[in-house]
Amino acid sequence: MSTLEDVFREHWGRVLASLVGFLGDFDKAEESVQEAFVIAAHRWPTEGTPSSPAAWLTTTARNRAIDRIRRERTLADKIHLLPVPEAVMDEFDDTVIKDERLELIFTCCHPALPLEGQVALTLRALGGLQTAEIARAFLVSEETMKRRLTRAKNKIKATGIPFAVPAAHLLPDRLDAVLAVIYLIYNEGYSGRVDLGAEAISLGRVLTALMPDEPEVHGLLALMVIHHARRRARFSGDDLVLLDDQDRSLWDSRQLAAGRAVLDRAIALGGRGAYVVQAAIASLQTREQIDWPQVAGLYRRLIELTGSLVVELNYAVAVAQAGDPARALRTVDRLELDSYLYFHSTRGELLRRLHRDAEAKASYRRALDLATTTPERRFLARQLERL
Amino acid sequence: MQYALIVYNEAEYDAAPPDEVHAEYSELAHDSRFVDMAQLAPAATATSVRVAGGRTLTTDGPFADTKEVLGGFCVIEAANLDDAIDLAARIPAARLGGGVEIRPVARR
Repeated sequence: MSTLEDVFREHWGRVLASLVGFLGDFDKAEESVQEAFVIAAHRWPTEGTPSSPAAWLTTTARNRAIDRIRRERTLADKIHLLPVPEAVMDEFDDTVIKDERLELIFTCCHPALPLEGQVALTLRALGGLQTAEIARAFLVSEETMKRRLTRAKNKIKATGIPFAVPAAHLLPDRLDAVLAVIYLIYNEGYSGRVDLGAEAISLGRVLTALMPDEPEVHGLLALMVIHHARRRARFSGDDLVLLDDQDRSLWDSRQLAAGRAVLDRAIALGGRGAYVVQAAIASLQTREQIDWPQVAGLYRRLIELTGSLVVELNYAVAVAQAGDPARALRTVDRLELDSYLYFHSTRGELLRRLHRDAEAKASYRRALDLATTTPERRFLARQLERL
Repeated sequence: MQYALIVYNEAEYDAAPPDEVHAEYSELAHDSRFVDMAQLAPAATATSVRVAGGRTLTTDGPFADTKEVLGGFCVIEAANLDDAIDLAARIPAARLGGGVEIRPVARR
C-alpha cells in the first residue's frame, strides 16, 4: 500500500534538490518543500494526486518560496533592511523540472564537512528521513542530531560549498567520498538496523540512474544488494550465522539476481575498482559451488587496491577454503592485527583445521576477550566448545 | 567570496625556502584571484604580545609551538569553496610537508 507518506518520501530528494538549487539555501528550501507537502496532504486526498507529483510539489514549493521572498521584500522596503536578491524571481517552467539530486549529493558529501554531518545530511536531504529517525538509527538524541545537521548546513553556507557536480579533475575523489558515505549508511543498517540498509540501497539506485556510466557506482549498488539478499540468513535468533552454515532458502533469490545483474553492468562498463571487486566476491560466495581460488584471486586484487590488513585476513580465509590452511596461517601470522577480534577467531579456526587444538583454544579465548556484542560472544563460545 | 588561505610550512622550509619555491609563489601572485599575499619571516623572528591587567606581556616565539609553522597568508576572491581548494592546492607548502587552511573572510 502506498500511503501519502511513501509518496512524499519518494519525491522529497528530487523536490528539495530543485529548491536548494533555486534558493541556494538549505533551510529556506526545506521550509518551502515542507509547506508544499502540507498543501498536498490537504488537497490530494480530495482533488486526486496530480499526474506528475514531483513537478506539482516543486512548483508549489517554488511559489511558496517566491511568495515569502515577496513578503520579506515588502517588509524590507518598509523598514529599509538589506535588499532581497532579484535573481530568484525568474520565470519557472513547470513542465521540465531538472533533476538536481546529483548536485545535492555532492554538496551533502563534500569532504569539507565532518563525516557524521555528511551522513546525516545525505539521509535528511536525499533520503527524506526525519531528524528523529536519523537520531534513532545512530543511537544519539534528537537534539544531538539536530545540532549535527545545523552545523553541516551552516558550514555549507558560511564557506561557500558549491551546489554543483565537481569539475572533471575533482570528480574521482569526490565520487569516492559519496560512495563512502552511502556504504557507511549501508553498514550501519547491516549491524541490525535494516531500514538504513534499504535506505542506502535506494540512494545507490538513485546514483546509478544519475551516473549511469560510472562502474564503481554500479559496483557499490551490486555489493549492497547482494549482501542485503542474505540478511535474513545472517542471524538465527540472536546468533551470528557464518556463510557456510547459512540457510540458503532464507536468501532473497530475486534480490540476488538483481544484484548480479547490476554487477554485470559494472563489469561491462570496465569496472575493476574496489566496490566492483567486493561485489564480485560477494556474488561468487553465493554460488552453489564456491570457486575459492577465484575468490582468493579477487581478494589479492583488493589488497592491491586498498592495502588493507583486514582484506589480507579475508584473503587468507579464501586460501584456506581453497584447501591450503597451512599457507593461510602463514599469511595470517604476518599481519599486525592484534587488537582485531576476527584476526584471532580466524587464527583459531585455521589452527583447529591444522589439528593444533591447544593453540586454537588460546586464539579463540583472545578473540572472546575482544568481543563487544552478545552475538559475537555467543558465537565464539560455541567455537570454543567445539574444540 | 573572499577567503584567507593560511599557509603552514614544515619547519625546515620555514627557515630557508629554496629559490624555486619562491619563484612559484611569485608566479601564483599573478593569478587575478589573489587579492593580497604576504610571506612571513621565519618563526624564529616571532614575538608574542598579550595584555593582562593593564600590563603588556611580551614573549619570544609564536603562540603555538607546533610541527608546522605559520609561513604566510593570502586573501583570494574565489567563486566558491571548490575554487578556493583548487588555489590552495597550488600553494607549494601544501605538497612540501606543510598545509593550507582555508577560512572565509568574515563579512560585516
